[in-house]
Amino acid sequence: MTDATLGEKENVLPPPAEVEDVELYHAKSWLTHYVFSQDAKYIAIQYAGTAIGIGLVALVMSWVIRLQLAFPGAIPFIDASRYYQAVTMHGMIMVVYMLTAIFLGGFGNYLIPLMVGARDMVFPYVNMLSYWVYLLATLVLVASFFVPGGPTGAGWTLYPPQAIMSGTPGNDYGIILMLASLILFIVGFTMGGLNYVVTVLQGRTRGMTLMRMPLTVWGIFAAAVMALLAFPGLFVACVMLLLDRTLGTSFFMPSIVEGGEHLKYNGGSPILFQHLFWFFGHPEVYIVALPAFGIVSDLISTHARKNIFGYRMMVWAIVAIGVLSMVVWGHHMYVSGMNPLFGFFFAVTTLAIALPTAIKVYNWVLTLWRADIHFTTPMLFALGFIVTFVNGGITGLYLGNVIVDVPLSATMFVVAHFHMVMGVAPVLVIFGAIYHWYPKITGRMLDETLGKIHFWITFLGAYAIFFPMHYLGLVGVPRRFYELGETAFVPHSAAALNIFITVAALIVGAAQAIFFFNVFWSLRHGKPSGSNPWRATSLEWQTPETPPGHGNWGKELPIVYRWAYAYSVPGAPEDYLPQNAPPLKGEHSP
Amino acid sequence: MFFILIASIALWWLARQGVLRSSFAEEGEIADFPGAELLPRPPAAKVGLGVFLAVAGCLFSLLCAAFFMRMDAPDWQAPPIPGILWFNTAVLIASSLALDLARRAADRRETDDVKSWLLVGGGCALLFLLGQLWAWRELAAQGLYASSNPANAFFYLLTGIHALHLVGGLAALARTARAAWSGHGGADLAAGVELCAIYWHFLLFVWLLLFAMLAGWADNFGVICRRLLS
Repeated sequence: MTDATLGEKENVLPPPAEVEDVELYHAKSWLTHYVFSQDAKYIAIQYAGTAIGIGLVALVMSWVIRLQLAFPGAIPFIDASRYYQAVTMHGMIMVVYMLTAIFLGGFGNYLIPLMVGARDMVFPYVNMLSYWVYLLATLVLVASFFVPGGPTGAGWTLYPPQAIMSGTPGNDYGIILMLASLILFIVGFTMGGLNYVVTVLQGRTRGMTLMRMPLTVWGIFAAAVMALLAFPGLFVACVMLLLDRTLGTSFFMPSIVEGGEHLKYNGGSPILFQHLFWFFGHPEVYIVALPAFGIVSDLISTHARKNIFGYRMMVWAIVAIGVLSMVVWGHHMYVSGMNPLFGFFFAVTTLAIALPTAIKVYNWVLTLWRADIHFTTPMLFALGFIVTFVNGGITGLYLGNVIVDVPLSATMFVVAHFHMVMGVAPVLVIFGAIYHWYPKITGRMLDETLGKIHFWITFLGAYAIFFPMHYLGLVGVPRRFYELGETAFVPHSAAALNIFITVAALIVGAAQAIFFFNVFWSLRHGKPSGSNPWRATSLEWQTPETPPGHGNWGKELPIVYRWAYAYSVPGAPEDYLPQNAPPLKGEHSP
Repeated sequence: MFFILIASIALWWLARQGVLRSSFAEEGEIADFPGAELLPRPPAAKVGLGVFLAVAGCLFSLLCAAFFMRMDAPDWQAPPIPGILWFNTAVLIASSLALDLARRAADRRETDDVKSWLLVGGGCALLFLLGQLWAWRELAAQGLYASSNPANAFFYLLTGIHALHLVGGLAALARTARAAWSGHGGADLAAGVELCAIYWHFLLFVWLLLFAMLAGWADNFGVICRRLLS
């Protein structure tokens, strides 16, 4: 039966239910309703709030780093130990506790059930538990700021042997709390990840086939699968490093002399840690990037009123990126003295990732081609993402080659590269997504003028920070250094450039206050949005209530008749057709 | 030079995932039209368990890869295998068998049989855990602590993580047993018992592999991998 024949019948019979309507958990008290909530939407807001909160701590850390780099020694508080602690905590918090948590825990929880037409996640209780374990992990992490010796300063990669040897700041308590916190995070994430994957596989409403899901769901789904397979690598590494630190085992610790004294460790392999760490570490980049890819596809399609170009190709590109990214971890270890053959292997897989990624970029651009582009705030952020991602991706092509990477590996060029590609780019998407879905979450619009001011300061400011950093790397400014001092090869102008970058970083950081003001002010005073302010097609905009009530869909689950990209459909009453609108006569939608 | 070992394990996992993914995508193609009949979906809990087993499998694969990589270091001295491990293995096999029988009984809705087999299965699993503790004590009594040799450390780590998984399984088994005793028979009980049985078979499989590895029978496998790579 095709859509056309369906449309000719007067009364279209809904297809048989694929999902039985399950009995929802109903909260009995204020506490279970708002605090220990099992509703994915509340859990999403809890996740996002915690992630943004801890992200602000990491933002302050980045100021500490930048102040030291621009004005070495000018602020007595920032000594070498505190500098390394700031570098470590900034990296770890931003990558794991902020980006991973907000994309999967925040957007995943909010959007998956709504977008696939489910009432909630399939295991709501486990979902709640996931958040509370994540919160505990965050608190353990924060606690490490207040123990004697402070948090660990081993760098976010926590490489042994230095991570647990004296001389590294926080080597007594900080590192133990860091590892314990990561182990907790992984346990909590696994609970959440099971939910995201199984809900996508099992919870879809009638007619919502996998190839009709919005790309946001595809991105989050693929990222969740990857995270479930990659996080065990970090888990194993953390457990073994913790045993090395506490029980004195020698998994990673080689026999080593410290202060003239032979330590008890013997024959461990630090390289083994690097393999395990980067087996997690590289997929992590795409765990952050894939949800961003998905969300951007939906933002562009909606705000350009045009179907996404090459939907099927986009899905396969997501899958291909996911698969490839599991076999490229060695490119983080080119300078670890690996066999050149393996360097070659990893260089090939690394460069091969450029193919599916390029497909995605071309398809975004082709979606914009001759589209009815509305320069709303979410759209500006989505466009900003494409530009930034291309910039960061191109420097990735340089660094993916062994011979280019070896001289650049220890310089600011690498810092600039990964901040562009997995720092600025995903953060722009987070902002765009918040501007886009805020009306659904609260029922009110965010202020557009403030949003645009926020966008331009953030976007231009980020470029002011990270573009010059590429240049600093090329002239040889090393990363990880507390203070440059006098060097023969670094020109004095590098110091002036460092001051410029720091000023830009302070401004961009402070400008985020505009965003927070907007979010809190609009909660009360924003323009009421109605249920579908962007005239979007995907299911979350078709809920009977805004914000969606418990159970999302009122009495009946929606029935899906088409994909999520039916914009500017010829012959349709409006320029878009929601996924659950009954089929038109003669309609041919995928 | 051994990380290709990890790579191959990763690839194997990816192949599995890839197969899964493409079959789902094909489902999407077939079911392009609304109303097209789809195959009935397996229950969510079963899929959830499947995904969890993939995660746990990945965890153990990585541990094994680390084991083989570390084994090559010159200071490696495999500890003698405590004799009680043979007994433990037999007990775990018995536990797995008992839960399988419980599953069959639950399919036939014979709640009394389910109860007794669950008891036997749970009891055997507890016995296994006690036996593992005994093995630890035996090693410690010989002065083989985790810090004295990496091989010992791996022994404690692998058995410890496996035991923790079994403890988690026992918690789930306790919940299922409570359902059996409070008289909630029928399909729900059968589903719960089936999940426990699957999990137990998985842990038994992992244990047999770990046992072979710890006992040194898989050393040749490590050697072959190294030969292939060098």
